[in-house]
Amino acid sequence: MAFDLIAFYVFAAITVLGALAVVGQRNPVYSVVAIVGSFCGLSGLYVLLEAPFVAVVQIIIYAGAILVLFLFTVMLLNATREDGAEWDRSHPYYRPGPTRIGGVLAVVLLGQLLWAMTHIADTGGIGEQQPAASSVRLLGRVLFTDYMFAFEVTSILIIAAMVGAVVLAGRKGN
Amino acid sequence: MLDFVFSLFRPPYNWWVAYAAIVGVIFMALQISAAVMVYFERKVSAWMQQRYGPTLVGPSGTLQPIADVVKLIFKEELRPKAADSLLFTLAPVISVATCLIAFAPVPFGGSTTFFGWLEEPVALQIADLDVGVLVVFAVASVGVYGIVLAGWASNSKYALLGGLRSSAQMISYELAYGMALATVVLLAGSMSFREIVDAQAGYFAYLVLPSINIPDVIPRWNVFAMFPFGLIAFLLFFTAGVAETNRAPFDFPEAEQELVAGYHTEYSSMRFAMFFMAEYINMVTVSAVAVNLFLGGWHFPFVPEGYGWIMFLVKLAALLFFYLWLRWTLPRVRYDQLMTLGWKILLPVATINLLAVAAGVIAFGL
Repeated sequence: MAFDLIAFYVFAAITVLGALAVVGQRNPVYSVVAIVGSFCGLSGLYVLLEAPFVAVVQIIIYAGAILVLFLFTVMLLNATREDGAEWDRSHPYYRPGPTRIGGVLAVVLLGQLLWAMTHIADTGGIGEQQPAASSVRLLGRVLFTDYMFAFEVTSILIIAAMVGAVVLAGRKGN
Repeated sequence: MLDFVFSLFRPPYNWWVAYAAIVGVIFMALQISAAVMVYFERKVSAWMQQRYGPTLVGPSGTLQPIADVVKLIFKEELRPKAADSLLFTLAPVISVATCLIAFAPVPFGGSTTFFGWLEEPVALQIADLDVGVLVVFAVASVGVYGIVLAGWASNSKYALLGGLRSSAQMISYELAYGMALATVVLLAGSMSFREIVDAQAGYFAYLVLPSINIPDVIPRWNVFAMFPFGLIAFLLFFTAGVAETNRAPFDFPEAEQELVAGYHTEYSSMRFAMFFMAEYINMVTVSAVAVNLFLGGWHFPFVPEGYGWIMFLVKLAALLFFYLWLRWTLPRVRYDQLMTLGWKILLPVATINLLAVAAGVIAFGL
């Protein structure tokens, strides 16, 4: 369908441009707003993949809860605009380490993407193996039967991280 | 050309016209509802305080909202010099856009053919989604950004504090709100508004326990389901809804005595009007969702489904009046009381309520 294709390109453009804006400009608050836009585009892509539940959960959890906390933190710390002039004074080869680590990570990610794209044929194409995956009932059943262990382990991981954060924040003095 | 236009109004193409009309009516009605709510807010507050309220513009002051809107349009648009111009402009747009989108999956009546004009009945709703309940929740959670960004972009201490308070409050109450929603989803076994409302048609065959038979008395609304758990879920939902819409007694983001006008301190003219409109439209949306989820939507005893939308509006008006009643009766709670209520009372009660309803669904297969 032509409409699906147009919608895909629009949402994909929003996602990619949003992601570029997150790292491409220097105001941290703008970065948070851009990543919210990027997630909204991603959610649109999920809808096109006939997974409305995942799309809505993406908005509720990431855009609605986690990034509000990000924004909260950025605003409370009063993180200012990065100084571009100071950045440009340094020679390309003497830039801080994060740039080089980021470059390595980008190469790894690109390799993974290329690998995934060339191996799509092995998995039987996109979105054809489980047509009913959009159903909330089916998703819940699969999550609490076949993937019970992974689900519980993830929950424990998240709780452990949360308890750790509370302990760190509650430590007196220091 | 004219033939083409007329052909749109005859079957089989008039489905599109009917659909466009529904979208347009909801869009306009939501905005007009804000003006009507402002009028009634002033009138109801006046009645409660033994005053007259607006009386001068039009009969009984009914044209007062129009005068207010005209005044707001012609006011000067001010922006502080230190404000962030892009986000300052974007914030009210986010507020209004999200609260208008949030109404999309909310139905306001059964299916209708418009007195035989259409071949196939069309649903009085913009989009019947499988996950409609969650969509309202998701869009409402994005609405926080309007307020937070307004507070930050204004570059003013009162606005920033208002925005921070608001985000803290909305995050805290979203949990209880979501738990109350989940209770209804459990009772109906669906996340589609239409299926949830249709599951509330008819009457309960029993009142309290399956052994006591008093048929045809209590309508099968979720608020009466598994008494008292349905009622508790409704009260939780409405309380969290009041907090979500930042209305009194939870109107911290704009507590006048402490924060001037909160997040919209620096806004004037139409940008201020957009925040104002968003607040009232949010009230309408929360009330409409509450009517659909707990009060049987357009179903009412002895009223045929064709006139269901009238009953829907009556229930909606009752809940909106309750909102005003709350605001002009209860004093604002303190900030720590607000957080205590959200985290230590509403959330545990909502969780236990959800578990109780889940147990009931398994035991009785309701």
